Amino acid sequence: MIPAAFAYARPTTVDEALQAIADGGEDVKVLAGGQSLIPVMRLRLAAPETVVDLTRVAELRGVREEGDVLVVGAMTTHSDVLADPLLAQYGQLLVQATETVADRQVRHRGTFGGALAHADPAGDLPAVALALDAEFVLVGPSGRRTVPASEFFVDYLTTALEEGELLVEIRLPKLGSEWGVRYEKFNRVAQAWSIVAVAAAVRREGGRIAEARIGLTNMGSTPLRATATEAALLGADVSLEAVTAAAALAADGTSPSSDLNAQADYRQHLARVLTRRALSAATGL
Amino acid sequence: MTAVEDPTSTTAPEAPANQVGQARLRKEDARLITGATTWTDNMVLPGMLHLSVLRSPVAHARISHLDVSAAQQRPNVVAVYTGQDFAEEQGSIPCAWPVTADMVNPGHPSVAVDQVNHVGEAVAVVVARSRSAAADALEAIDIDYESLPVVLDMEEAVQEGADLVHSHTSSNTSYHFVFDAGEAGTGADTDQAFADAEVTVSRRFVQQRLIPAFMEPRSVVVQPQGDNFTMWSATQIPHVLRVMLAMVTGIPEHKLRVIAPDVGGGFGGKLQVCPEEVLALLIARRLGKPVKWTETRSESLMAAHHGRDQVQFIDVAADREGNLKGLRVRLLAGMGAYLRLITPGVPALGAFMFPGIYKFPAYRFECDGVFTNKVPTDAYRGAGRPEATFAIERIMDELAVELGMDPLELRRKNWINAEEFPFTTVAGLEYDSGDYGAATDQALELVGYDELRAEQQRRRESNDPVQLGIGFSTFTEMCGLAPSRVLGSLSYGAGGWESASIRMLPTGKVEVVTGSTPHGQGHETAWSQIVADQLGVPFEDVEVLHGDTAISPRGMDTYGSRSLVVGGTAVVKAAEKVVAKARRIAAHLLEASEDDLEFTGGTFSVKGTPGTGVGIQEVALAVFAAHNYPEGIEPSIDAEATFDPVNFSFPHGTHICAMEVDTDTGFVKIRKYACVDDVGTIVNPMIVEGQMHGGLAQGISQALYEEAIYDAEGNLTTGTFVDYLLPSAADLPHFDTGNTVHPAPGNPLGAKGVGEAGCIASTPAVVNAALDAVRHLGVTDIRMPLTPERVWRAIHTGGDGGDRATAGTNAYGGASTESTAGVSTDASSLGGDR
Repeated sequence: MIPAAFAYARPTTVDEALQAIADGGEDVKVLAGGQSLIPVMRLRLAAPETVVDLTRVAELRGVREEGDVLVVGAMTTHSDVLADPLLAQYGQLLVQATETVADRQVRHRGTFGGALAHADPAGDLPAVALALDAEFVLVGPSGRRTVPASEFFVDYLTTALEEGELLVEIRLPKLGSEWGVRYEKFNRVAQAWSIVAVAAAVRREGGRIAEARIGLTNMGSTPLRATATEAALLGADVSLEAVTAAAALAADGTSPSSDLNAQADYRQHLARVLTRRALSAATGL
Repeated sequence: MTAVEDPTSTTAPEAPANQVGQARLRKEDARLITGATTWTDNMVLPGMLHLSVLRSPVAHARISHLDVSAAQQRPNVVAVYTGQDFAEEQGSIPCAWPVTADMVNPGHPSVAVDQVNHVGEAVAVVVARSRSAAADALEAIDIDYESLPVVLDMEEAVQEGADLVHSHTSSNTSYHFVFDAGEAGTGADTDQAFADAEVTVSRRFVQQRLIPAFMEPRSVVVQPQGDNFTMWSATQIPHVLRVMLAMVTGIPEHKLRVIAPDVGGGFGGKLQVCPEEVLALLIARRLGKPVKWTETRSESLMAAHHGRDQVQFIDVAADREGNLKGLRVRLLAGMGAYLRLITPGVPALGAFMFPGIYKFPAYRFECDGVFTNKVPTDAYRGAGRPEATFAIERIMDELAVELGMDPLELRRKNWINAEEFPFTTVAGLEYDSGDYGAATDQALELVGYDELRAEQQRRRESNDPVQLGIGFSTFTEMCGLAPSRVLGSLSYGAGGWESASIRMLPTGKVEVVTGSTPHGQGHETAWSQIVADQLGVPFEDVEVLHGDTAISPRGMDTYGSRSLVVGGTAVVKAAEKVVAKARRIAAHLLEASEDDLEFTGGTFSVKGTPGTGVGIQEVALAVFAAHNYPEGIEPSIDAEATFDPVNFSFPHGTHICAMEVDTDTGFVKIRKYACVDDVGTIVNPMIVEGQMHGGLAQGISQALYEEAIYDAEGNLTTGTFVDYLLPSAADLPHFDTGNTVHPAPGNPLGAKGVGEAGCIASTPAVVNAALDAVRHLGVTDIRMPLTPERVWRAIHTGGDGGDRATAGTNAYGGASTESTAGVSTDASSLGGDR
């Protein structure tokens, strides 16, 4: 549990951070809380040449609003997320999911951007970002670009981040009072990773569902959208029957992994059950 | 003698009549939980070197090539050793319990010489000036393995013609141990009982492998000084360790001092002579330098001994009215690759407890100890008794179903009644005292039984997706290990006595030296309470010394719920001797006859003349000054005592678990847990409650969470706490606990032992509860741990839920999902220190 030797840089601005990454050699890892990176370094599954620690880059921390959008700094900790008044008002899905992340100690150090850039499909926040069609703002040597969530998560632990690039902020749509949300997580003990989880946001108009956004955690090598379920809900009555029928489609097109906690068919079953529960809660059934 | 007024005058008001029975806060906790103590890994000695162990990434192989020269060239590396370097002097890790005369012990090198037999086995040791330098140099060791067939499944391993773990043995069976009540004269013929039975029920239960997840990792420091050696080790057994190390290494026992400083938990996992302890000693001897080794958590999970690992074939016979007629037990007990300290004895210890609290007329037990290419098993909280309790309490429920009887009614019908104690069981044990009915009645009330049954009925009728079940465990256990003669009859290599001595200091303060070495239990507090009562001195005036063979030379240490029962009794006996010696001095000082003195509240006084007296703390000063004491006796009131119990003690209790099962997902949730335990007289209710809570957590955890899993190549899949699940407080229910008190007749404290009760009793109650919730859906068994997937599969596709997929979770930030969470695969050639 002793990491291999590495060089360490602790920049205080984004520009300094980009420079440190550029100067860091062949294998640079960005430390954005370290709740996943440090364990794999201790296990020597990762042995980076340089670690660039973003903890002191103050400009990357905090939440602000820009019109209909919430802008969350990549280094905003999970604890910050849970305490933020804007997120409390417009970001309940993210807040609910963040509440289930690991334990208090991890939430105090771990960051929203770090969890997204790590792109662990068992992590809770990628599915939330995907469900909300978040936008990822990346800066790098060649400037600044914005990547939609649907393109950000490329594969297992792989994102659209290019070499030398940094995730600086995440742009989330504000969800107003017409939205109901629920993060339904299934795990064996409180601090464990999700076996499967479902992030659901539903907008109601009258007695009908006007829009449904459903993200699936740990149902493949990346977070997924339950697109068949979303389509089935469009314009549907807010009823248990409609929700149940739509939820039965939640695992369509998924090919989840098999591991100690669940084999693939059981994961698919859980996705259907949890989607039904998440939708029921989100629609107030 | 003027100063002697003070201790007496301050003593009286501060020493309430009885410390025993009070929930005193634990003396040791402030230093333990604030980091104010020195754990073994905190030790720093001048010139100290650090060890890091390269461990086999393969389960069964010959070492075909091993070159450490590159590692030796790494910065700050002092030496690199392999098995070849110690082949002549390392001997074998000792096994103190040859359970049968013809038991096969293949020998257990501390570092593999030419063959590895389990993943995690040591193959080389780097000695360096820093821990990180030692860890870095592991990567430079060049080693190749030539694979051998891997033996993992016990039922396959015992087949004729099976691949062998040890090529120089004739089979994978280490021993065949039998206890037959008919042959022993303690019961009727078992085969006849089954032949005559109206009803028989047979089941196969699996006791999964568990890992004793103590909080403080194993750690050892060795300091050589000339031909003397001092070892600090995070061990449960400094005394046993010293004797064993002397035997293994040839270092004379009197040249070896072993110190267990404060130790952060053990649960049996530190009841061992660890290969790394031997290696640290050999390397310190060879280099003449102090060395330290502290395991990483990954090493702890893969290379420290595991617990349980049994396949149990249980047959029970009864008549239609539910009267038990016979019990037959056949075990395959997993030894792992080697025999460690008491590896073979754990299942044999359980042999006597399978009949539980019931009056079986006939009983037969057979056990095969089986080698596999896995890390050795050994003691883990309960050691043999949880396995037995699980089997009997599970089969009683199965029999109740078969008979159409209420499971509690079946138990009541067959258990030993209160008026029948002492009761000699079919296994030949004499149960000391208790009242199973009283504990059960109290537990039923605590849990709100009738209400729960009504709710269960409602949920069944409404076909609620969340079903409710209620499970019982009416258990007893064998504690207070152990009468030395009984251990001798079981071929155990040592006695079961305990030692204590009491030193009265000139200022009246008291040092109690105990051979029971604690590793978190709170001995210092409980022993202080006992001595405060015995000597009539303030609780605060007592200091308890332990764990250092130079300070506490005699001891048998802490395991098997023995400390209070045996070690606490030794303290009482020593205190009685102190009082007896002090009485003679006091009589002299008071110019009275000994027979005329009474001793109360720490003061000797002449009967009938209140107000005249001399305190025992005054006597301590008087003998220190030694100016005035009787002719012909020594000027000392210090005393020592050794207590060897004549019988075990038998705590018992009734545990009731109410379990919700979500039939949609298979998730199980304990709704209520109530238990009433009889652990005899209680010295400190808070410590007892704490032991119950911790034990319950571990027993529930076996039922629901923990399982050490090996994949088909023998890699430990559950190699981190991400995959080896432990519950936290967030996952456990509130515990409703209660006690009945039937003092143990076998010791003056009346204590029966509490360290393992919760762990032994709870597991079957939890599983029985889950089954009770879903039995109407056709489920008859679910393998432990009751993962949601297993429960769901059992409900929806039948069977017991089956094996779990052996891939590690992919949820560890990039730890490979393919085989073993990166712990020990061919691919991760780094092997060990991570």
